[in-house]
Amino acid sequence: MSVIIGFLFMAAVYLILSRSLLRVIIGTGLLSHGAHLLILTMGGFAGPAPPVVADGVTDYVDPLPQALILTAIVISFGVTAFFLVMAYRAYQELETDNMTLLKGNDEHD
Amino acid sequence: MKSSDVILQTATKVVFFLIFLFAIHIFFAGHYTPGGGFVGGLLTASAIVLLLLAFDLKTVSRALPFNYTIMIAIGLLLALGTASASILFDVPFFTHAYDYFDLPLFGETSLHSAMLFDLGVYLVVVGATMNIILTIGSDD
Amino acid sequence: MTNLLLFPILIPILTASVLLFFPKRIAAQRAVTVVGLVASIIAALFLLRTVMTDGVQAVTLGSWPAPFGISMVSDPLSVSLVLTSLLITLGVVVYSFRSIGEGREKYFYYPAILFMLTGINGSFTTGDIFNLFVFFEVLLLASYLLIVLGGEKRQLRESIKYILVNVVSSAFFVTTVAMLYSVVGSLNMADIAEKVTEIGQSGILTVIAVMLILVFGLKGAIFPLYFWLPGSYAAPPVPVLALFGALLTKVGVYAIIRTVTLLFPHDPGFTHELLMILAILTVIAGCIGALAYYDLKQIVIYNIIIAVGVILFGVAQMNMAGLEGAVFYLIHDMLIKAGLFMLIGVIIAITGTSNLREMGGLMKTYPGLAWTWLVAAFGLAGIPPLSGFFGKLLIVQGAFEADNLWGGIIILASSLIVLLSVIRIFIHAFWGEPMPVKGTSAGIYRGLLIPAVLVTALTVFYGVGTEWLRPLMWDAAEILHQPSIYIDAVLKE
Repeated sequence: MSVIIGFLFMAAVYLILSRSLLRVIIGTGLLSHGAHLLILTMGGFAGPAPPVVADGVTDYVDPLPQALILTAIVISFGVTAFFLVMAYRAYQELETDNMTLLKGNDEHD
Repeated sequence: MKSSDVILQTATKVVFFLIFLFAIHIFFAGHYTPGGGFVGGLLTASAIVLLLLAFDLKTVSRALPFNYTIMIAIGLLLALGTASASILFDVPFFTHAYDYFDLPLFGETSLHSAMLFDLGVYLVVVGATMNIILTIGSDD
Repeated sequence: MTNLLLFPILIPILTASVLLFFPKRIAAQRAVTVVGLVASIIAALFLLRTVMTDGVQAVTLGSWPAPFGISMVSDPLSVSLVLTSLLITLGVVVYSFRSIGEGREKYFYYPAILFMLTGINGSFTTGDIFNLFVFFEVLLLASYLLIVLGGEKRQLRESIKYILVNVVSSAFFVTTVAMLYSVVGSLNMADIAEKVTEIGQSGILTVIAVMLILVFGLKGAIFPLYFWLPGSYAAPPVPVLALFGALLTKVGVYAIIRTVTLLFPHDPGFTHELLMILAILTVIAGCIGALAYYDLKQIVIYNIIIAVGVILFGVAQMNMAGLEGAVFYLIHDMLIKAGLFMLIGVIIAITGTSNLREMGGLMKTYPGLAWTWLVAAFGLAGIPPLSGFFGKLLIVQGAFEADNLWGGIIILASSLIVLLSVIRIFIHAFWGEPMPVKGTSAGIYRGLLIPAVLVTALTVFYGVGTEWLRPLMWDAAEILHQPSIYIDAVLKE
């Protein structure tokens, strides 16, 4: 599990540092997935047991990390979707998706 | 762009309702088992996207004449309103109430105020997803 | 009323949802927004009175017992911050009537402001670290919308960077929360604080503390992490800039204050030393920026960075004087930055440029504007009896008590530079030969100036009424200094 998380983070960093805006967005998606998996491991990953506490159930995992992940997934879904729309608008307006061409400050617009 | 893929269109007419029904099932299952407003909303949105793929934007917006922004607003109000109802009873925010009812067809079912909240979430998710997809999709 | 402390969060979001129904009717949008804000302010005032008389208020959502459910906590610090944000937002909304433009007003400008306000007030009030993340995301999503609204090329370009920086920092926030949860097994801040006291602040907890400082520092723009701020903040129109400058960085600063005082006060030799060094570097970097630019917006934006440094320096002292000064200065800075940005907006509306070299001689034609600017500038620099003075005095006193002589001296020197940078604006814009200006209609001028003057007047009252506010600030600092008061209030059941 930790290998997967490490791999996700690695791929995310590589993609975020790349030049194409679309790859950057995919990178942020991977980064948040890595973080979500990290929550799962950090909460004590206990195999296939369900996160349900009921009478007679003795084998269960901590449900809180799963609730956190669900919330985090919803948020990252919203942010990524918004980011994609933004990138598309920027591509239309600025006619580039190349991050190096998006530099600039007040002096040279 | 008017697509005229007969197989896709015919299949969509059936599959759309299957997905939609499954979304409703997931939505109602949400209280005790995996599922809920968010997943149900996403499934519904994906069903509508399938329609968009098979037919074109005009046909779909004629068949489903919703304003998705207003759908978000209704959903938010519903979710918040349910949560805020607890203020009227002076118990902490989000405290939910439930009771068991004998409904026709379903048998004994438990109905929760949390379900109304989930319905709000469902509407917000469908509205937001469709808004985003239409923003990108309506340009072509 | 159990839920009183939720009202300043709920009323804005309810108002925003109502506003979504009729985006194209501007008059109705404005009216509903103002009504919603006034209602929230009244609720916040009631809350302030309750907190002052009955002590810290806490409610746990969904009636779950305290360490398990999500706690919302209102102590004197958070309630005064909530009230300040509401007042500023009301000022900015009134200011927007004449300046933001119909296009933006029709495109969900007011709902976005209210959603952002929900996030801000929520972050100030929440007592749960994951809930803090959720409210951060609410306010960030709304701020993404605000920064890109209008869709000018420059806005699009800068907002991509802004979003990217914030998305990455959010991912780090989630990572840090995951690590914190694995170590202490709780997300309720009061509960975490208690457990950290029990198990002692081991190495891993110090690492987590530093990571939290970095995550919040990215939002609050401390030294190595502020580079995104000047570019992104200069892109949106002035009312949005005023909101961002006055409120958004302060949420990061508040989060740092909360974490270092409540969760990790046990190893000041490392975390607080680090925070102090970063704060001083932030002040120096901000000073360089404030002197280097000839652009109105950039000068005041760099002044935000200086202020963040000064506040965090006060927090890093960890004694009563330093903390009280930090609280005083935090609220002062929110008010004065909103006022300054609004005044800048007036100047830009009159001259049609934000470049200092292309303006001059406004004193003759717009004396009211000039005098307001002078008052605001003196307030920012901390000339008694205006608002910046007392906070800075206490911070420096705290530094001397904690034997950080050099830090205190740097803070004092920085106020001279702050004064210089804003007076430079005064000299260039108001004195000298009158330049040909674009001019603006008297109606717009009044519509912009009146809210700006009101906010500035608020800062003057804040400065003159220091003695009056002292008990409130004392309570706020007391709770930061003695986290057990906060912990007991949350976990009392």
